[in-house]
Amino acid sequence: MNFEEKIIRSVIKANTILRSDVRTLLTKAVQEEKNKKIVQALKIILENADIAEKTGYAICQDTGLPIIFLKAGKDISVDQALMKKIFQAVSEGYQQGGFRASTIDRKGKLKFNPEIFHIAFSSGKGLEITVFPKGFGSENKSRLKMFNPTAAQEEIDEFIVQAVKDAGPSACPPFIVGVGIGGTADTSLLLAKQALLGDISKTSKDNTISLWEKRLLNKINKLKIGPMGLGGRHTCLAVKIKDHPTHIAGLPVGVNISCHALRSASVRFSKEELSKAVSLKS
Amino acid sequence: MKHLTTPLTKDKLKGLKAGETVLLSGTIYTARDRAHQRLADLIQKQKKLPLDIKDITIYYCGPNIKKGKLGSCGPTTASRMDPFTEIMFQHGVTAVIGKGNRSPELTKVFKDQGTVFFVTHAGCAAYLRDKVKSFKVIAFPELGTEAIHAFEVRDFPLVVGIDTQGNDIYQRIYG
Repeated sequence: MNFEEKIIRSVIKANTILRSDVRTLLTKAVQEEKNKKIVQALKIILENADIAEKTGYAICQDTGLPIIFLKAGKDISVDQALMKKIFQAVSEGYQQGGFRASTIDRKGKLKFNPEIFHIAFSSGKGLEITVFPKGFGSENKSRLKMFNPTAAQEEIDEFIVQAVKDAGPSACPPFIVGVGIGGTADTSLLLAKQALLGDISKTSKDNTISLWEKRLLNKINKLKIGPMGLGGRHTCLAVKIKDHPTHIAGLPVGVNISCHALRSASVRFSKEELSKAVSLKS
Repeated sequence: MKHLTTPLTKDKLKGLKAGETVLLSGTIYTARDRAHQRLADLIQKQKKLPLDIKDITIYYCGPNIKKGKLGSCGPTTASRMDPFTEIMFQHGVTAVIGKGNRSPELTKVFKDQGTVFFVTHAGCAAYLRDKVKSFKVIAFPELGTEAIHAFEVRDFPLVVGIDTQGNDIYQRIYG
């Protein structure tokens, strides 16, 4: 399978195969929930994932904006030519998968891919490309607040919990809540989104962060919104926090909510595979 | 569990209670943001609509369609259609299907009009695809996924979100 085919396969996987960590937490929720109606709603979410995997129909008709995250190792150079090939492959993946053109420009032109990407560096080798289809039922509920640097944790918690309450049943609970703390205003929102890309079923390595995540999870679940807004113990499956140094005068806090259909898939390429891909004329 | 068939005339909606489960069969029409904007605009300009909306059920949905074949088709967020809901009911629409809560002020409109808001399984678009037996583009094809499509459905699972008495299943969350 060549470069383009691997990206296409990854894009189709992202939209049709539910992430295993999300599946794990949904299954756990089914076991923990007492109310029959809520159990049924959760079981249909899992049944939907099974049907999507079997049929190739998208998990959600909102196949979102396919946001691209790159992690470049020490031996990798990313340039315009490579990005162009990646963008084309992602669009081709949406076309082949029969997914929705949910991207629209000012003039009303529809397309699959808004060509939004973020790049970071890793200490290893090779290039990792992650496609994150972000649906807008949840994206529309993003929140940002520029706190004072001396803001109490309780104040920040209250803001995050309110953000989830304002999201409500419209954003398709049970949620996975990403929180970004620090950087600039836009960085904190990006951190919140990046927080959704890691394994949500695993506890964060940083003890302070993991305690804060657990506390937020408990506070959010006290809202008792639940799947389809039916109530119960699972308004939120996990909270993930990412932080970054910020200015001494501020504390930006970004909240990015994911619906229960949290979708992403990654593919890795070696330097050799990339040079082969770019040298071929598009 | 109640089985209902379209058209959902107001007499069929009267007895429904918020929180009740219903299985719907018949024809529902997809319409979301831009289709509602177009229809409301035509109504305001007193122009002819591309379809008869008397007693129709609208499904807030932007489906996946590949080479003329229907793919995933779950509900979209209903609250974005709040600004257009009253005018649609005033001109014949009797029921709408979507997901999420609506603005508290809107429940009065459902009561005044004798209309119903149904919710269905959000994010379960492949599961719901199976309930749609055939589809056809009816209006605004240039809107792509936002075109008005007629869906023939059988046993489409619904929960009454707002009933004709103005009871709202999400009142307990938002008061």
